[in-house]
Amino acid sequence: MIAIIDYGVGNLFSLQSSLHEIGAEAVVTSDEQVIAEADRIILPGVGAYEDAARKLRETGMADVVRREAAAGKPLLGICLGMQLMFDVGYEYGEHEGLGLIHGAVKPISDVIPPDYKIPHIGWNALNIRQETPLFKYIKEGDYVYFVHSYYAADCDESVLATTEYGADLTAAAANGNVYGCQFHPEKSGTTGLNILRAFVEL
Amino acid sequence: MITKRIIPCLDVKDGRVVKGVNFENLGDVASPVDMAKLYTNSGADELVFYDITASAEGRKLFTEILTETARNVFIPLTVGGGINSVADFDRVLKCGADKVSVNSGAIRNPAIITEAAKLYGDQCVVLSCDIKRVNGEFRVFARGGRDDTGMEAIEWIRRCVSMGAGEVVVNSIDTDGVKKGFDIEMLDAVCKAVSVPVIASGGAGSIDDFIELFRKVPTIDAGLAASIFHFGEVSIEDLKARMAQEGIPVRR
Repeated sequence: MIAIIDYGVGNLFSLQSSLHEIGAEAVVTSDEQVIAEADRIILPGVGAYEDAARKLRETGMADVVRREAAAGKPLLGICLGMQLMFDVGYEYGEHEGLGLIHGAVKPISDVIPPDYKIPHIGWNALNIRQETPLFKYIKEGDYVYFVHSYYAADCDESVLATTEYGADLTAAAANGNVYGCQFHPEKSGTTGLNILRAFVEL
Repeated sequence: MITKRIIPCLDVKDGRVVKGVNFENLGDVASPVDMAKLYTNSGADELVFYDITASAEGRKLFTEILTETARNVFIPLTVGGGINSVADFDRVLKCGADKVSVNSGAIRNPAIITEAAKLYGDQCVVLSCDIKRVNGEFRVFARGGRDDTGMEAIEWIRRCVSMGAGEVVVNSIDTDGVKKGFDIEMLDAVCKAVSVPVIASGGAGSIDDFIELFRKVPTIDAGLAASIFHFGEVSIEDLKARMAQEGIPVRR
């Protein structure tokens, strides 16, 4: 069973539907007991870093997620949920993340040419940088759907895949059992479902 | 490299897909859920559902169909039509929409853009704009292209983007339904005015029209069409194959 962490951020309908589609049992929850009994965890998230990081702390979910990650449970952060896995986020100030993957979340405007549109919205190709079980059903160059204005920086060793948008942006990263996807696998067609399927089989 | 998106638009009335020519003479096409699946499998990059129902009963049917589609389709879904308040955003987001487009609702109350962007993020708020040339200027029309608002379109779009619209759909009333190509001049003007993604709508009649769009307006992000896809005049597979041949970045 997969626990999708509910901390009042974002719309979880698509994520639940996509997990149902691949035959995975999932529950949206903020119940510590349920999360402890789940065999894997997904941290979703849309919106602003500061607000989401605060809600994670206020609901007690930050501690729960850290504890479960330390116990070795497979954890997947999606979009802002991925960014929260890092040490720190520089979105309107400096905000502490979960510190589960080393690195910092910075504006893509720092690295992309000025004529590129922000946010980076649309389908872009994955350039795989490291072998990972998360990608066992997909291949180099497969397309996934992105919507973001910030990216994970200073995390070279953890980068699983990048995507090219005037610069190589971190598309997926991992540290042991902790995984993160900047793109939305639940919105990335067959490729996205195949990534979720691989996560469920970790 | 980011790809150019191809987006079929499904106008839904009383639970069925329809498409009018110049917004009139609506004709029935098929089940929205079946069409959504079909398009997803043929390579559509995103789907737009437009609720053109006025009645409460029709609106209920629409949310049911949206929910059913979102359960079965795993590409981005944008929903528009009858969005007049944050409560309307909430209603369709709960049914599985990823983005919500506002048109007349924003003309009546522009603050809805900022309110929704604060709650759901800019990426969720799509400004949809029906534009027609009047006395040599681009004019914003409301209520499905029926009412001239008197507002100049480029300024209106700039203002909405500064208030939080994360994407803009530009529908040219002058070319809509005519199938002689997109409104290159209008789209170019909008692309030059804003830095958020712009989606072209109105006028596509053939694969060549899409090629012309992406060639002549290189900063356009997506091309949207309805009837030519619904009636099989253009298949998304063929369109994308041709785009790839022409060196236009495309997801295949």
